[in-house]
Amino acid sequence: MGQHHIQITVNGASREGDVESRTLLVHFLRESLRLTGTHIGCDTSHCGACTVLLDGTPVKSCTVLAVQADGRKVMTVEGLEQGGKLDPIQEGFFQEHGLQCGYCTPGMMMTSYALLKANSAPSELEIRQAISGNLCRCTGYVNIIKSVQHAAQAMAATGK
Amino acid sequence: MATEPKTSFEVGGMGHSVKRKEDPRFIRGQGNYVDDIQLPGMLHMDIVRSPYAHAKILKIDSSKALKVPGVLAVITGETLAQYKLHWMPTLMSDTQMVLPTDRVMYQAQEVAAVIATDRYTAADGVAAVEVEYEPLPVVTDPFEAMKPGAPVLRTDKEGKKDNHIWHWEAGDRAKTDAASKASDVVVREKIYIPRIHVASIETCGCVADFHPGTGKLTVYMTTQAPHAIRTVFALVAGHVGLSEEKIRIVSPDIGGGFGGKVPVYPGYVIAVAASVVIGKPVKWVEDRMENLQADSFARDYHMEAELAATKDGTMTALKIKTVADHGYADAAANPSKYPAGLFSICTGSYDIPDAFCEVDGVYTNKPPGGVAYRCSFRVTEAAHAIERMVDILAQELKMDPAELRMKNFIPPEKFPYHSALGWEYDSGNYPAALKMAMEMIDYAGLRGEQAEKRKKGELMGIGISSFTEIVGAGPSKHFDILGIKMFDSCELRIHPTGKAMARFGTKSQGQGHETTYAQIIAEELGIPAAHVEVDEGDTDTAPYGLGTYASRSTPTAGAAGAMAARKVRDKARKIAAYLLEVAEEDLVWEPGKFSVKGAPQKSKTIQDIAFAAYTNHPPGMEAGLEAVNYYDPPNLTFPFGSYICVVDIDRGTGEVKIRRFVAIDDCGNIINPMIVDGQIHGGLSMGMAPALMEEITYDENGNNQAGSFMDYLVPTSMETPNWETGKTITPSPHHPFGAKGVGESATVGAPPAIANAVVDALSHLGVKHIDIPITPEKVWNILKAKGVAE
Repeated sequence: MGQHHIQITVNGASREGDVESRTLLVHFLRESLRLTGTHIGCDTSHCGACTVLLDGTPVKSCTVLAVQADGRKVMTVEGLEQGGKLDPIQEGFFQEHGLQCGYCTPGMMMTSYALLKANSAPSELEIRQAISGNLCRCTGYVNIIKSVQHAAQAMAATGK
Repeated sequence: MATEPKTSFEVGGMGHSVKRKEDPRFIRGQGNYVDDIQLPGMLHMDIVRSPYAHAKILKIDSSKALKVPGVLAVITGETLAQYKLHWMPTLMSDTQMVLPTDRVMYQAQEVAAVIATDRYTAADGVAAVEVEYEPLPVVTDPFEAMKPGAPVLRTDKEGKKDNHIWHWEAGDRAKTDAASKASDVVVREKIYIPRIHVASIETCGCVADFHPGTGKLTVYMTTQAPHAIRTVFALVAGHVGLSEEKIRIVSPDIGGGFGGKVPVYPGYVIAVAASVVIGKPVKWVEDRMENLQADSFARDYHMEAELAATKDGTMTALKIKTVADHGYADAAANPSKYPAGLFSICTGSYDIPDAFCEVDGVYTNKPPGGVAYRCSFRVTEAAHAIERMVDILAQELKMDPAELRMKNFIPPEKFPYHSALGWEYDSGNYPAALKMAMEMIDYAGLRGEQAEKRKKGELMGIGISSFTEIVGAGPSKHFDILGIKMFDSCELRIHPTGKAMARFGTKSQGQGHETTYAQIIAEELGIPAAHVEVDEGDTDTAPYGLGTYASRSTPTAGAAGAMAARKVRDKARKIAAYLLEVAEEDLVWEPGKFSVKGAPQKSKTIQDIAFAAYTNHPPGMEAGLEAVNYYDPPNLTFPFGSYICVVDIDRGTGEVKIRRFVAIDDCGNIINPMIVDGQIHGGLSMGMAPALMEEITYDENGNNQAGSFMDYLVPTSMETPNWETGKTITPSPHHPFGAKGVGESATVGAPPAIANAVVDALSHLGVKHIDIPITPEKVWNILKAKGVAE
């Protein structure tokens, strides 16, 4: 099994490690870097619990090899809060009861965060489409959509 | 409808939508789920599974696997047999293999386990284990399994000559038959509720950590019932030296449970055995395919129902005969005296004088189970049967289904109501909930719209479900699991500075106990919910309880919390009397303080009293301020609701689109309205899922046809509508604060509302019944047969 030395900028900090060719990005993040906020729900790209941003684009880290992230930027749920201040998307999920068991939440927030970066005022349908690759078993999505809308409004109000 | 909260928002007692205390860690990615646990020296386990649904095992060759660098051991049934751990009891006192020694009974059954230094190497080891099988005849249909000459599956049971597990019945067969025969109208229907899977987004797993030095076993595991699991482990493994005081079960954050995390799966037991033998921590976390293919399923009920009525629509008799397909073992998690759970709630919300139901459990070559899917013990099956039958009767009588329901509801003044099948319904007001739902959705207007659309050939349907739940098990004279009575518990300690620690025997899996339990204590003592720390899931610290499932947490443990708080208040009153130098009877309680009657300026807050309990307590009184309560409910609780669903059907594709869905729920007094609505949203989604999408089927060889999220369709944000909710409030008369439980109501009530709406859309074409899931394919085939497909 080939070994590779990789360097990834994770949540703004340079992180390095030795991985096998087959090591999945999600395992590198969770087990080597101990960033366990990114969860594993299916291994087949269906549930989205493992969603992280790779150079700003949401990817399912259970189907990305760690070596594919070499030299690139990864953002995980641990990177949302800045300087002790919650990101609007985190605040939105908290205020609108957008989570229950919390397992899909990090992936759901990363997908929503990327949506709001690209589209600061999404319609309900656009939010539904954006999160359609992230499964949630607890909430019925209604409050997740409200959470994203809450974040969009907060960002508009503060001009972020 | 809601009454005004008794406490301020800052105190956050009942009725306040307090934000959840658990959320700050979850939104930061700082939850602590089983797979997040990484212990020094921890090994990983992966499992070899059977490709066959029924086969003899001729040989298991581990030699190549053991040569894989990093593979430390391969565990087989023979290994476990040395310790007599290759079989285990199910929670229904049936038995199932942990690992087989001679045959496999269902596809994906555990065959061997590989222990390795990391998860990738463990998977390499699994791929290198060579197993030779000799396939045996497969039985997947329970009706085939019951025929004479069918292969007998449980050859391990001495003298077993068929595949019948048990027969269970309730009610009076002869009286019901006579009443049915004497009735003007009798409708009959075969209703199948297919096998489904809870598919919580977190799969199951554990980290078993045995310390050879101390003899202590700690198991971090995805369990909804940690205390019961500890006792089961002690009973199963006592003979190899595991004693209950040396076993600690920790249920950390749980990524959804819904009933699927109640049973003991073989993987847990193998990991424990491996850790004990090797003396190192062993982690096992199943993947999604293992989860869908091998863990306990729900439903799989084949029902034949018969509902009789007079010609003016007064219901006279109900009879339901059911075949329950339990797979290879009855691994349900029902109370032991109720092998078919609470199925006898099947008379539902209706005043039906005579009823009879019977259920027969059957073995097949499918994974074991019969657990819940977000519902109290087979209540969903019961509700679906009666709510479908009511619509079929309405169709037969050419009556409006709302009118037929109103006519037959148990009248509000008849509570407590004794049902023909033996339950005492504690409270209810069914007409109020249906009336509210009809007004909220404009039922009359929708019927007008439907008539117009029919003229144009458009297919629109309106479906009602007026369900009754039966939750909160339960009174210990009736309810136990493996003999352990189904009480639940709270241990409450008030610290000197007036803050509290409340520990419970349950375990939240997303329901928000850390918040709602704190609100119960806040309501009873006036200590702000923010200052009440809730702890559950660790058997070394929490008091014994039966766990969280069947919507029992608020009815049992929540009640225990209130009762423990009231004990604390009783002692606080004595201390206050001492501090204020008055008699106890001269004190008045309001949330948070005692004051002297007629002199309200003379008072002591609960915080003053807590401090005094440790610094200045009355002579002769024990110091401290704490209490324990084990709450044994006098009866079950009976949440109910009325749901109305509007669907439009695409004649070109057969797709059913939920246009509107109004859910009126009555769960008694509400602790946190925000959380209750969240529970209902989730429950509705898990009601829609089996109604329209989810089903696990098997081919004739016993191959699972829905073993991944590619084929097992869990609803996404695109199919799920905007749920509209409303409440009526009929407090439970016997619960300490009038609550009833809510987590599962919507999963129980939603499927028949949706099925009734679809059938209603097609009823003018002569369609009487469609089994769930009502997929586009099923609908399109009906449209084609009726000549209306586009």
